[in-house]
Amino acid sequence: MRRFLLRRLAAIPLTLLAVSVLIFTATELIPGDVARTILGREAGDAAVARLRAELGLDRPIMTRYFGWLRGFVTGQWGDSTLLRVPVRDLVLTRLGDSLILGALAFALLVPVALTLGLVAGVNHDRPADRIISVAGLTLGAIPEFVTGVILLVVFAVRLRWFPASAQAPDGASPLTRLGHLLLPALSLVLLCTGYVARHVRASTVNAVESPYAQAIELRGFTRGQVVRRHVLRNSTIPATSALGVQLQFLLGGLVAVELLYNYPGVGALLLRSAVEKDLPTLQATAMVLGVLYMLIVLAADLAYRLLDPRVRLGAGAS
Amino acid sequence: MTTAGNGGGVEGPAAGNGGTAGLSVEGLSVAYRTGRGAATAVDGVSFHVAPGETYGIVGESGCGKTTLSRALGRHLPRNGAVTGGRVRVDGVEVLDLAPADLRSWRAASLAVVHQDAGGSLDPTMRVGAQLAEIFRLRGLSRAAARAEVPRLLARVRLPDPVSIARRYPHQLSGGQQQRVVIAAALTARPRLLVLDEPTTGLDATVEREILDLIWGLRSEIGAAVVLISHDLGLVGRLCDRVGVLYAGRMAEEGPARDVLTRPRHPYTAALLAAVPRLGESRHARALTAIPGHPPVPGEQVTGCPFAPRCAFADDLCAESAPLPEAAGAEHEVRCHHVDRLPDRPVPVDVAAPSRTGPGTPVDVAAPSLAEAGTPVDVAAPSLAEAGTPPGEAVPGGPLLEVRGLTRRYGRTTVVDDVDLTIGHGEVLGLVGESGSGKTTLARAVTGLGTRGPGTIRLDGQVLPAGVGRRDARARRRVQMVFQSPDASLNPSHTVRAILARALRSLRGSSSPQELGARAGLAAHLLDSRPGRLSGGQKQRVAIARAFAGDPGLVVCDEPVSALDVSVQAGVLRLLADRQRTSGTSYLFISHDLAVVGYLADRVAVMYRGQIVEEGPAGQVLHGPHHPYTASLVAASLARLGEPGGDPGTVPPGRSGATGCRFAARCPQRIDGLCDTEDPPVRTEGSGHTIRCHLGTGDLPRGTPGAATGAAPDPAKQKEDSPA
Ligand code: SF4
Ligand code: SF4
Repeated sequence: MRRFLLRRLAAIPLTLLAVSVLIFTATELIPGDVARTILGREAGDAAVARLRAELGLDRPIMTRYFGWLRGFVTGQWGDSTLLRVPVRDLVLTRLGDSLILGALAFALLVPVALTLGLVAGVNHDRPADRIISVAGLTLGAIPEFVTGVILLVVFAVRLRWFPASAQAPDGASPLTRLGHLLLPALSLVLLCTGYVARHVRASTVNAVESPYAQAIELRGFTRGQVVRRHVLRNSTIPATSALGVQLQFLLGGLVAVELLYNYPGVGALLLRSAVEKDLPTLQATAMVLGVLYMLIVLAADLAYRLLDPRVRLGAGAS
Repeated sequence: MTTAGNGGGVEGPAAGNGGTAGLSVEGLSVAYRTGRGAATAVDGVSFHVAPGETYGIVGESGCGKTTLSRALGRHLPRNGAVTGGRVRVDGVEVLDLAPADLRSWRAASLAVVHQDAGGSLDPTMRVGAQLAEIFRLRGLSRAAARAEVPRLLARVRLPDPVSIARRYPHQLSGGQQQRVVIAAALTARPRLLVLDEPTTGLDATVEREILDLIWGLRSEIGAAVVLISHDLGLVGRLCDRVGVLYAGRMAEEGPARDVLTRPRHPYTAALLAAVPRLGESRHARALTAIPGHPPVPGEQVTGCPFAPRCAFADDLCAESAPLPEAAGAEHEVRCHHVDRLPDRPVPVDVAAPSRTGPGTPVDVAAPSLAEAGTPVDVAAPSLAEAGTPPGEAVPGGPLLEVRGLTRRYGRTTVVDDVDLTIGHGEVLGLVGESGSGKTTLARAVTGLGTRGPGTIRLDGQVLPAGVGRRDARARRRVQMVFQSPDASLNPSHTVRAILARALRSLRGSSSPQELGARAGLAAHLLDSRPGRLSGGQKQRVAIARAFAGDPGLVVCDEPVSALDVSVQAGVLRLLADRQRTSGTSYLFISHDLAVVGYLADRVAVMYRGQIVEEGPAGQVLHGPHHPYTASLVAASLARLGEPGGDPGTVPPGRSGATGCRFAARCPQRIDGLCDTEDPPVRTEGSGHTIRCHLGTGDLPRGTPGAATGAAPDPAKQKEDSPA
């Protein structure tokens, strides 16, 4: 276990290094001259050249990459070329907001998906299972911006149950904030529930049909007891890895949903800095997301390992 | 002694009263819903088991054994249903119980032990918690349930019950897991105990321990016991009565002694003829497989379902199904032509010949080592007839020479400095319990698995350890047949393509048709893919492929372990035939002593990475032999409930870095010598070596006096002497 953890932790910097190369080259490849974009079409060539020098864009690419990398590692993320504020504060505040939204979505996703998956698995091949499976698949196939728009139109515009913007006015109570976040969180949940539920269903079917579940039922336990005490645990453990995958999806879904609901998270920031060629912000945001992504994968793996005694304790000392 | 007191168990409420005691099954029929309508899997089966009696159910897979066992606990799969008949346990009509009553009946009166013990335990829950849960179901408080668990584990003779209770199932060995499952069955005082292949997959010595345990508890709890098994020997040794299922019907039913020694139904006789007897050699008798396979449930059968495979079938058999007829005291047979089967005892060791006379059913059904000696004697002369003494006197030296082979996994040495020689045209059988290193050794010979020190010579030339570094010729000369052919047959290719490919890569000169025909594969199967073949057919494909070129050595790793006896006989026969016609050598691994003894010229016995004994098959099995070999032979033969032979009665000693590795379990251990000094390898007759401190006179031999009589005595001395 400790060896696993060390190995995985050691792998993170290496992976991040590769990611940083990718991010750097990809952002460099965005067409158009950054300095000209910033200064506008009318600016003179001299001004553009001066800004290029100021931004260090005239230096060779390798120098710039290492400079940028050193900056990122030491926490000097530079200033946003667009907003003229330190990138670090910008990204970290936005990240905090995004995490709140993501956490809410996750908190909704887990019970909903587990319940649906369990119900489908215990009643597998019966109508309840069919409905849940088909619904999950269908919803999972619809992109989050589509479900987002539908939710927005129905619940915010027509029914007016929820505000259309995810951003609560300053000084609003936590409950109001929650109300503002509910719709965007819901569109993320709808996207992921089907996938997670499908995994839970599969492992539930396995557990229900497993010899041990049968043996336990033969000892005189009710179906309900078997499900509560044995099936539940055995079906949720394998599902942790599915949850890990879905968390990554959630991260991706944030971009569209934040934009749609006008929520100031990292997703929106990423998109805007890309459009506006705000390279320092773009690069830092991408890197932060990369770190986050890897931590999620690690956490999911770790959770699985901690939950499953077969993995946690290894082969038996018998 | 680790044996804990057997008394003081928890008493479950005895369900039901009145009516006949024990289990009564009357006209039970079970059908499955399938796409093509109802498929009858069990068809009008009736039998009775008195409390304390053991009833064996045998038959090939697909004959309804498992369905029947599940119907007894009314635990059929969702698409199965009882379509007729009744199951009564101590007067309780099980099939009429309301769901809630069924649950409480199960809790109080039913105990089921399945084949795969590991599978019957929740992998995510500590063993103790799983047992406590059952006590809780019986109304015990949390604390009382927890206190009860170690006592229960001690009752199934698990050492250190407190620590066992804290483990997860995967931290226990197969035998320990099975003990835990048996313990679960003992939380109540069951009236019906269903044992569904309880020891399949366990090593012979562990099997013996588990059976002894079940045997002891059987009389203690006085339940009606139903034992379902494909192992006729096991059923013969354990059961009072036997029912032979064929196509869901009881083909023959009666006292175990009668049914297994004087079978009156052609199917029973055919099953018995398919099993090799311990000590019987391929040179002495060709095994007879049963052609074809049992009808699939739901298949339209007119007349006797066995007719297509029966040697005695005639028009009457094809037209009308036979009804049960009495064929002796409490012995019924469903066959039109009971008189056609020669009425003579089948000389099988699975049940004692009638000359042992009547006695308690156990005694009668159990073979004794005295009889086991006989087949060996029979085999011995035929070995001599076989011509050249195997493994020797062939010009050009041996085919395979392994010297000082060592293989490690991490810090464990799995194969430790092993020497092995296989002559041209010789079959070397390799036996040993799981973990003894036999598979690792075989893989090393084929160039698979980890690398390590030691040399492997084929035809005098040193082979590199890794198969990738061996030249093409060496690779062609060594072929392998695995236990499960699925892993090695490409599922997307037809049999013809698989064989054609093998012919190309092995430079064979024949055609796929010819290869298939030689392996006994029907021509129409050549265009099937492996997924459509039965286990036996797949194994035939694997064998055909191994013989596509001109193999010098074929390594067979448990090639028949997963097969039914009727199919196993055919595959063993094929292996014997191919060996005889091609003169190929085999390294043949099996956990089944009778199978190894049947096919092998020489036998090597492996224990914890070392070869502890090696020699001509007859001598190794017959003795004088190594104490470990003796325990293997005893485990596969000795009667149950007999003191001594049970390895569990030997106090566990410690095996340190030095001394004999078997010392911890050896009943004849010489304290002060065996546990400190490595035993010498001594020669016992021509080409027979034994790694043991004992002198020739002290070595156990396959006679009743030595293996079951003398062995326990030193064991007793051992217990008394300070270890
Ligand atoms: S009834 Fe006929 S076919 Fe059936 S077992 Fe008897 S002899 Fe064979
Ligand atoms: S050397 Fe000693 S302990 Fe080992 S098998 Fe022989 S008698 Fe038993």
